[in-house]
Amino acid sequence: MPVNSMTAKEVAKKVVNKESFFILDVRNEDAFQDWKVEGENVQYLNIPYFDLLDGVEEILPQLPQDKEVLVVCAKEGSSIMVADMLSEEGMTVSYLQGGMKAWSEHLDPVKVGDLKDGGELYQFVRIGKGCLSYMVVSNGEAALIDATRMTEVYMDFAQEIGAKITHVFDTHLHADHISGGRKIAETTNATYWLPPKDAQEVTFDYQPLEEGQDVTIGNTTINIQPLYSPGHTIGSTSFIVDDTYLLSGDILFIDSIGRPDLAGLAEDWVGDLRDTLYTRYKELSDDLIVLPAHFMIMEELNEDGSVSEKLGTLFEKNHGLNIEDETTFREMVTGNLPPQPNAYQEIRETNMGKINPDEEKQREMEIGPNRCAVR
Amino acid sequence: MESNHVLDAKGLACPMPIVKTKKTMKDLEPGEVLEIQATDKGSTADLQAWAKSTGHEYLGTETEGDTLRHFLRKAGAIEAEGVVIPEISLDEFKEKVDKNENLTVLDVREIEEYEEGHIEGAIHIPLGEVEQRAGELDKEDVIYVICHSGRRSELAAQTIAKKGFKQLFNVVPGMRDWTGKTI
Repeated sequence: MPVNSMTAKEVAKKVVNKESFFILDVRNEDAFQDWKVEGENVQYLNIPYFDLLDGVEEILPQLPQDKEVLVVCAKEGSSIMVADMLSEEGMTVSYLQGGMKAWSEHLDPVKVGDLKDGGELYQFVRIGKGCLSYMVVSNGEAALIDATRMTEVYMDFAQEIGAKITHVFDTHLHADHISGGRKIAETTNATYWLPPKDAQEVTFDYQPLEEGQDVTIGNTTINIQPLYSPGHTIGSTSFIVDDTYLLSGDILFIDSIGRPDLAGLAEDWVGDLRDTLYTRYKELSDDLIVLPAHFMIMEELNEDGSVSEKLGTLFEKNHGLNIEDETTFREMVTGNLPPQPNAYQEIRETNMGKINPDEEKQREMEIGPNRCAVR
Repeated sequence: MESNHVLDAKGLACPMPIVKTKKTMKDLEPGEVLEIQATDKGSTADLQAWAKSTGHEYLGTETEGDTLRHFLRKAGAIEAEGVVIPEISLDEFKEKVDKNENLTVLDVREIEEYEEGHIEGAIHIPLGEVEQRAGELDKEDVIYVICHSGRRSELAAQTIAKKGFKQLFNVVPGMRDWTGKTI
């Protein structure tokens, strides 16, 4: 029986389409517990590859005969070995090309809307890590928001649709993933914008992003209106694009809200977070479509694989926006925080330009699930 | 850290470092230490987990530039040879130490572990050297053998029992749970 290889893109498609399949994850148990390929209709078996060196006969009864079996490991080497062994036992199986590393780096652009003047808004879904970034396109110009370190994906995409990247934004100094913003701006000669309050320690030049300072993309009027919205970080800034979309950064997610502690100041920032969510956002139109910088669970994905929801709906349904008592809110966002993202201090320092780890090291720093939210 | 064998797995990607470790381990005697030199960063977590599932003891990892030097002690018992070492519980042992009884304590952990903290007056001979250096000890003494968890000390006691030591006690568990004074 041949062993098939499946790309991260193909697996992502299956997850978005809620297909039913079976994953044999051969990483060690800690790695599997920490994060895995998530999917609503995915069944799992985790047996480390080193327990299978003497043969796979023992696990054969645990594998389904009527479902596609995908073998997954960290980088692919072990999954190929195990897939080969299963194949020798007569099974048809696939392995994930590039392993969890490729899964973590896979980005899919999804169009989330047309803009009034004929422009378009794209969301780049990094399904393995739950990161979302955006490209606003109008009249041959493009702006990028919260780009990941897979910079070529954005630059290739812009070229494909015939747009020149002129502005690059980060809504805040990220702690969970390495920003590609600066590199893209340098390569394309675009302007790189950062909220100055998050950029006090950066080692490079940037354009300070301040409220009331509209940026126009294209020669028509796609406005990107920055809205100062502290809480996740002190500088966190949201954007209203084309009077229709609210890019909420790490402040407001679909099913959760931002955590205030990743720069180490939960107690100080919880008040800002409350104010942003319960006052500043409350004053905005309920019809705005919220486009966050992250998602945490697959249930947050729409049918087309994008992540978005009306602000009005979130004010009704998002638990984090419905805690009337301020003390209760305070306790929730400071008392019950999930573990911090892997290497988050080093990631912040990388995003400040203080350290310059090589690509392999950057990959390793970003390993693991997204942990920017509190529910 | 000292080792009996060295396996060069530098430049090899997962799963090869573990595949080779497993093969090499077969040729080691129980209690011997294998050093695995690897450059695959995932090898640390995987070797730890593999050791846990196979019963070998993961002793630690030293980093030298890009090279990771992992140390594993081969599991396995010499009990089959019929030497049964009486055990003494850590609590009972601690009482004796606290009463200032004049005890002979043999600590068979690695030098790094020993230097981190040991019982005052303990004689230090790492497990790997116990066989050659048994002569430094007095066969007539009552010797309390201790390590981290009680496993290496059992192996060490069995080794010297074969050389004619009669009054040996294995302290179980070992320094892992020791709450008394250390120096």
